[in-house]
Amino acid sequence: MAVNLDKALVREKIAKRAEREIENGFYVNLGIGMPTMVANYIQEDKEIVLQSENGLVGIGRSPYENEVDPDLINAGKETVTAAVGASYCSSAESFAMIRGEHLDLAILGGMEVSETGNLANWMIPGKMIKGMGGAMDIVHGAKKIVIIMDHVNKHGEPKILKECSLPLTGEGVVDRIITDRAVIDVTDNGLVLVEVAEGWTVQEVVEATGAHLQVSENLLSATF
Amino acid sequence: MMKTIYTSFEEAVKDIKDYSTIMVGGFGLVGIPENLILALVESKVKHLTVISNNCGVDDWGLGLLLENKQIDKMIGSYVGENKEFERQVLAGELEVELTPQGTLAERIRAGGAGIPAFYTPAGVGTPIAEGKEVRNFDGKDYLMVTGLKADFSLVRAAKGDRLGNLVYNKTARNFNPEIAAAGTTTIAEVEELVDAGTLDPDHIHTPGIYVQGLIEGKQEKRIERLTLRREA
Repeated sequence: MAVNLDKALVREKIAKRAEREIENGFYVNLGIGMPTMVANYIQEDKEIVLQSENGLVGIGRSPYENEVDPDLINAGKETVTAAVGASYCSSAESFAMIRGEHLDLAILGGMEVSETGNLANWMIPGKMIKGMGGAMDIVHGAKKIVIIMDHVNKHGEPKILKECSLPLTGEGVVDRIITDRAVIDVTDNGLVLVEVAEGWTVQEVVEATGAHLQVSENLLSATF
Repeated sequence: MMKTIYTSFEEAVKDIKDYSTIMVGGFGLVGIPENLILALVESKVKHLTVISNNCGVDDWGLGLLLENKQIDKMIGSYVGENKEFERQVLAGELEVELTPQGTLAERIRAGGAGIPAFYTPAGVGTPIAEGKEVRNFDGKDYLMVTGLKADFSLVRAAKGDRLGNLVYNKTARNFNPEIAAAGTTTIAEVEELVDAGTLDPDHIHTPGIYVQGLIEGKQEKRIERLTLRREA
């Protein structure tokens, strides 16, 4: 039985599930868009540090009007505050800590992911190229890369494929995919379905996936 | 006086000639040398190669140089905030070299640090790997990319002293320190110019050795995406 939730609810559901990837003590980079929403759901018992690639280690909450500093933004160019214990650095140092794999986790958006963990999320041929920003660096930079996205595109076609059709952001970089319907791990032996979302069956998830999906022996159902 | 202290922005940019390569600090509109850019617009210098993470917005920052058709080539990582940029690229009026943001930052750092090229994993297996050397270290592929230098670097700092030492504010630091080091001539627009000895040597972000000229200016500091916390 397929579920129909409105778009905002679907995004919230994915963001809340993605939050569970964040462990106490983690340094985390959240991509622009839906990944940024994950910050809204971080459990209060976790002490974590959010890194922003424009040179802020320790993103705080959004500012009240009287706290706005035009010199203080996140990578999405939104005004933010600095968390208690935050530090600033230059862009080169920020990406050095990314490239040097000092981040525990990065949660990014995706257009397509392949069965070998290739990610496409920066350009659609024929549309104006806006640029990759920091995505190509970040996918090589965190110990774990989690992609969050809808399971299918607006035409109902799978976004998880044998091969990406769009130009790549990185090759073999994705560790885990979280969609509105499932959690799928990218392993050396291919894609493994580890969780199915509430309201979806294994069969429905398999049919909506454009690559071979093994079902984990420890599959969990209705986890989110 | 070791450093030139300019009294007008017009004078500060007067040596920047047609066909110069310039680097400009900033991430989005944060930390951009607003008044130096405005002076370049006024100077009508043309055929510039501009190295900067972004290209401003349609009516502010580097977007003003673009609108005036003063830029021939742009090297950056994200140019999506600018409709005129798209129009000029599609019309073949503007050449663009997109570089991953971290690679861009490191290319600039390398340029200022005397490193001609380095290897990075960013971009392996993607369209930007085309034409670049790939080399395997410890079982992983890396792309060779080259360092970047500029004839002129334009940066913005919160404070600068008369010996060129600079201190930045919060995320307005971004690309500015590395850009300051990568320019043959670096001009710093500072919010406040202070006497030597005023800044704590332990707190200086850019040592004055990288800076040739300074000018004090007042910035608008436009905000691209005002995001506020909702009252509980």
